[in-house]
Amino acid sequence: MSNHPAPNFKNPVIRWVDSRLPVFSYVHAEYGVFPMPKNLNYFWNFGALAMVVLMVMILTGIMLAMQYTPNVDLAFNSVERIMRDVNSGWLLRYIHMNGASMFFIVVYIHIFRGMYYGSYKNPRELLWILGVVILVLMMATAFMGYVLPWGQMSFWGATVITNLFSAFPLIGESIVQWLWGGFSVDNPTLNRFFALHYLLPFIIIAVVALHVVALHVVKSNNPDGIEVRGPQDTVPFHPYFTAKDSLGLAVFLFIFAFFVFFAPNYMGHPDNYIEANPLVTPPHIVPEWYFLPYYAILRSFVDGWWIYEIFFGWWSEAKLAGVLAMFGSLIIVAVLPWLDTSKVRSCRYRPIYKWAVILFLINFIILGWVGGKPAEEPYVTIAQGATMYYFFHFLILTPLIGWIERPKPLPASISEPVLKAGSGAQFAGASAAKMEKS
Amino acid sequence: MAEATQPNSDHEEDSGRRDFLNYLAIGVGAVGAASFAWPIINSMNPSKDVLALASIEVDLSQIDVGSAIKVVWRGKPVFIRHRTEKEIEEAKAVDISTLIDPETDADRVQNADWLIIVGVCTHLGCIPMGTADGEPRGEYDGWFCPCHGSHYDSSGRIRKGPSPTNLLVPTYTFLTDSTVRIG
Ligand code: HEM
Ligand code: FES
Repeated sequence: MSNHPAPNFKNPVIRWVDSRLPVFSYVHAEYGVFPMPKNLNYFWNFGALAMVVLMVMILTGIMLAMQYTPNVDLAFNSVERIMRDVNSGWLLRYIHMNGASMFFIVVYIHIFRGMYYGSYKNPRELLWILGVVILVLMMATAFMGYVLPWGQMSFWGATVITNLFSAFPLIGESIVQWLWGGFSVDNPTLNRFFALHYLLPFIIIAVVALHVVALHVVKSNNPDGIEVRGPQDTVPFHPYFTAKDSLGLAVFLFIFAFFVFFAPNYMGHPDNYIEANPLVTPPHIVPEWYFLPYYAILRSFVDGWWIYEIFFGWWSEAKLAGVLAMFGSLIIVAVLPWLDTSKVRSCRYRPIYKWAVILFLINFIILGWVGGKPAEEPYVTIAQGATMYYFFHFLILTPLIGWIERPKPLPASISEPVLKAGSGAQFAGASAAKMEKS
Repeated sequence: MAEATQPNSDHEEDSGRRDFLNYLAIGVGAVGAASFAWPIINSMNPSKDVLALASIEVDLSQIDVGSAIKVVWRGKPVFIRHRTEKEIEEAKAVDISTLIDPETDADRVQNADWLIIVGVCTHLGCIPMGTADGEPRGEYDGWFCPCHGSHYDSSGRIRKGPSPTNLLVPTYTFLTDSTVRIG
């Protein structure tokens, strides 16, 4: 993929392998000398962090699977056994539980970074779409994983979410029974969710691989959002980004460890320590925090809401409208490259859109907050307003601002601001390390 | 000209036959793949043992007038209510054109004393409250779903809230006056 000549390995074994299967050349080209824009900031750490969390999830997950029993009569107790009797079982489980939350935090920041610096634009559209595919697969994985401990939230979360498919006319009921393998969430459901929860992370790895291959074709965007003009604008991945990613990773692991050791259940729900009971619904069902914004969108669609009545009321029930809007809220992220009409990538040079993106983030947080509240006033109205704004941002604001906004002048190259700041520095590459944060 | 078209039309005839063979091969392959896909997909549908457990018999003699019980059928609760005169009257008196999902009470019961319905909210599947003594029964003397606030009446019909349809009536048969088979 890269035109760098294969390095001359000194070790004869490495040389022997490499001339038959060029894995060492590959790593050298893609992670050794790979050219990275030298103005990247710490937001560019999150892809590597996501990769690490994925590995941690798979490792702890496989260890948990050795102790876990996917059967409605045994599942809850097998998780309690992991917590009490299995050596370090509590640690494995708390890492896996909080790891899911960490994964979503990291990926949400990673996506928001892309939105702010315009990383989704030509030529990175496919890279962006693969990212959205990963997000959707992660959601499916986490949803099914949460069902496995077979607590009250596991059971009722699974019931409410699978019932969403009953909203589709005619075939809805058959789809739901097919998903369940029965007439309610029950043993067949738990078994298939376990099988799929084991499988999906490996499919995620495959999509991540495509994501990375695509990245290494189009290369990294940067905070200025302008093209790399030549070697003076880049530094090699190693040692610059191996070092920077390691520092970021250390800070991240501190935060992760804090939750695992000091607040392991902070992001969970106490009802999930009550064994599933198909005959009693907990009074207030909430999904995991990372699903709350979408849950808020789902619940916003009720009879009488004017947006619903205008766009859906005449052809669809409120339940179906909510389901479509929820799936739509993810699909719309995938088509963002075609909704944004501006040629300028980075919000650094987009004085209006910059604020739109920040407002979008605030609105997303509001959606998450109301998603966790009971469905009553004033939360319903707030959720509806925020849902409206979510779609308004993508469908109206984003194209419109692209047309009317006058971007600030772009620097001629990535090194230009560096050269200006470090007056007298003749070789931009030489001062790259010092300037990298500017 | 003629010489030029001759091999050309030959070629066309040839490619037509080749296309046909191509489509045939792809078609047979597609049918084969589909007939292999179906059993795989179908294996996820409810299995025979799940279907076999799909009916139960319930003894009604222990249920006093005015009270109700929950029994488990196909992994979900069925509500059986021994209705009072007042509840029956209320259920019959409603003008069905005012209902969200219009159905007469007579369409929903075989014996007016006994209301037998699947206790799963038709909104998103919670269990409505109102079966056990002391639970809230909503504004229409039936059931109340706490999840998103659906009110059902004494015939299990949706009267207020987000549910689109009435609580489901399962298929059932009275075996004797006091036993019923559900499913
Ligand atoms: C994409 C990566 C993954 C995510 C986001 C994820 C997410 C989750 C979540 C949210 C739970 C519920 C935690 C709880 O409340 O107990 C869970 C449980 C579980 N996961 Fe995963 N998981 C991932 C990968 C894996 C892998 C690769 C395996 C290997 C088989 C696995 C095996 C398990 C097992 C056995 C449980 C049940 C035990 C428990 O509840 O702690 N997971 N997962
Ligand atoms: S599930 Fe009963 S009101 Fe939503």
